[in-house]
Amino acid sequence: MSTNGKPKFAMYWAASCGGCEIAVLNIGEKILDVDANFDVAFWPVAMDAKYKDVEAMPDKSILLTLFNGGIRNKENEEIAHLLRHKSQILVAFGSCASEGCIPGLANLSSTQDIYKTVYHTVSTENPANFEPQYEYEMPEGILYTPEFYPVLKTLDQVVPVDYYMPGCPPESHQIAAVVELVIKVLHGEATLPPAGATIGAGVSTVCDDCPRQRNVKTIKEFVRIQEVNSIDPELCLLEQGIPCNGPATRNGCGALCPTASAQCIGCYGPAEGVLDYGSRLVTAFASVIDSNDPDEINRILDGIPDPVGQFYRFNLAGSLMRAGKPAWQGNGSH
Amino acid sequence: MSTRITIDPITRLEGHGRIEIFLNEEGNVANTYFQIPELRGFERFCVGRPVEEMPLLTNRICGVCPEAHHMAAAKAADAVYHVEPPRTGKLLRELLYSGFYFTDHTTHFYALAGPDFVMGPTAPVAERNILGVIHKVGLEIGGKVIQARKYGHHIVEIIGGRKVHPCTSIPGGLTKGITEEQRVEIEQMGHWAIEFAQFSLQLFSDIVLGNKEYLDLILGDIYTHQTYSIGLVDENNKVNFYDGKVSVVAPDGERIGKYAPNEYTDWIAERVEPWTYLKFPYLKKVGWKGFVDGKDSGVYFATPLSRLNASDGMTTPLAQEQYEKFYATLGGKPVHQRLAIHWARLIELLYAAERIVELATDPEITSPNFHTVPTATPTEGVGIVEAPRGTLTHHYKTDERGILTEVNLIVGTTNNYAPISMSINKAARSLIHNGSVVTEGMLNMVEMAFRAYDPCFGCATHSLPGQMPLEVTIRDANGETVEVLRQHC
Repeated sequence: MSTNGKPKFAMYWAASCGGCEIAVLNIGEKILDVDANFDVAFWPVAMDAKYKDVEAMPDKSILLTLFNGGIRNKENEEIAHLLRHKSQILVAFGSCASEGCIPGLANLSSTQDIYKTVYHTVSTENPANFEPQYEYEMPEGILYTPEFYPVLKTLDQVVPVDYYMPGCPPESHQIAAVVELVIKVLHGEATLPPAGATIGAGVSTVCDDCPRQRNVKTIKEFVRIQEVNSIDPELCLLEQGIPCNGPATRNGCGALCPTASAQCIGCYGPAEGVLDYGSRLVTAFASVIDSNDPDEINRILDGIPDPVGQFYRFNLAGSLMRAGKPAWQGNGSH
Repeated sequence: MSTRITIDPITRLEGHGRIEIFLNEEGNVANTYFQIPELRGFERFCVGRPVEEMPLLTNRICGVCPEAHHMAAAKAADAVYHVEPPRTGKLLRELLYSGFYFTDHTTHFYALAGPDFVMGPTAPVAERNILGVIHKVGLEIGGKVIQARKYGHHIVEIIGGRKVHPCTSIPGGLTKGITEEQRVEIEQMGHWAIEFAQFSLQLFSDIVLGNKEYLDLILGDIYTHQTYSIGLVDENNKVNFYDGKVSVVAPDGERIGKYAPNEYTDWIAERVEPWTYLKFPYLKKVGWKGFVDGKDSGVYFATPLSRLNASDGMTTPLAQEQYEKFYATLGGKPVHQRLAIHWARLIELLYAAERIVELATDPEITSPNFHTVPTATPTEGVGIVEAPRGTLTHHYKTDERGILTEVNLIVGTTNNYAPISMSINKAARSLIHNGSVVTEGMLNMVEMAFRAYDPCFGCATHSLPGQMPLEVTIRDANGETVEVLRQHC
């Protein structure tokens, strides 16, 4: 506990886009509740404590740490270990930390492939074939950059995690609800969910929150969304042939994308009890295909032009598939 | 004794931005290096994905400006499919984008830049934050700032379906339109936004322009660089955030040309250095001459100020008045004093607000004709928008099914990597002499050099108190720490 008697709170971003921080800032006046009930010990976006200050804290002295972003390089992993040591409750906050998110799709490519692309694009002039070096000797001295890992890891692949908060980003009303719960726990008015639980989300699927009508209709083809002449504003997108990920995706966002006539892309991760997101989605898609003829089924499935992206868009790094050997060797608790 | 100074800003968006300052034997600056130590590899892993997903995937490059990636990606995907969205589709996208600009520029001015000017660059650290600003100018204004951010986000949500990472732009237009009720709501927010932007410009005028010390600081040499300016302009060379050609203006004000999105590789090239993960874009026609000023150096900048420099004015009346006042006050075009970026940003804030009302009152904005189904075989396309932090270019190639085979991105802040590095170098040289470091001013002066660009790799830009924590460690030749300087730490 801190000098002012309030429990300590921390939030950190590893390899992330900053959207999680924006989502937290968007909880508005609830931020004041955080301030009233916690001593904000470490939160780079909002205040100025440093790694060194965190290192100096006693172990387990931070009550709650929200960790967002994936583990993309050595520095990310070092901070994950540091915050694990210092925190009583470590939350994998948002899709990147929980399951890898979009940057986890990089696990389909080797570091060499990534460098070959990024440092040799059509607008890049690189006659010397430079690529980033962890140590590089300039005339004035050596410059260091952190080691880029062969794959992006989820937080629980490098340290044990207490809770998971899904979403890209987690919706602000869900963040506010979690803040409220933790404050109640502090005041003895509620208890924490069991360790390992997913918090700040529903226990069902996006379809259950979706206002669109489902008629248990089956389809003869998948279509790409830009090919649809006029998207029916009332009817289930999947029944219109648009590959919507709602049936496999955890609810909690309020079905924002399908409500806006855009397919769910799965940012809230697998629904409760689903071990592997892609497998569940394949099952869901298979169930709407109206055919018993293997050739026709194949033809219909060819309407999904990018299976790995469709079925593991947000959770390749955290899925059972996990591309890349080093990910299998992760020492996390999951 | 050769000494090395490391400045480690900890508040950042991606990775750990680091400044290394090397001193020579005399204790003067030998060189400075600004390193960006993080990479995620979007240009590689987007290959193999369907092109219509790019407005969703590339949102995740930046959660602070996902709208910019959403738009650049949608425009590039339109180009890949050789399809033009119907007029309503373009209007809706630009309206979403204007709402985003309004929120983003408000956040930057009040949370980040405001404290330096409203409180003063030498005010006590504890007061140089947004709370200090609110205390000085009144609680009511704090409420207005929060309201401004909410309104902008709300416009994004109405059209884009979500507050963060919008989802409705697809090749050929959008998945949905807006109702008359929503239109009225946006128009009302737009009128409020115009008043707020005018109020913000008045505040800037009263507090900054009315204070000789601040004006001298803006006009001072330490924050001046003679580089090229670039920015997106319409067919009349007026500023536009969503569409047009990129105008390129030399340090002496001569427009050396304009390029359409699909001509960008004739104009822009990127340089790789082995000591950083980020590339350095420069003007290909001029060439890379190192981190130097002048007409012979291909270094350019892409910010609110460069957009004004590269244009002939604004299309909206109130912003045009401010544009004229800006150049009249600062001695004509182009303006090179980098702190004037803050003023230019407020002129853009007013333009965005006026544009919200213009677009929301267009008779076609509620038309159901917001999407054209693409029919041509997809091939290759480039989409360019002006992100708040610089010209954003997305370039895609696909196979005949619209599956990506090549992706190239030149992201807003990346444009400014070289000029920011130069600003840091200049600040260091003017503050370190014969081994003595101006400890008091050093950190804040470097920080201000940084902040004018609103760099996204130091998402310090969007930090709540508006402070960039910096630490300077001075080490002797053996690597032993001699002194540690800290600010906001």
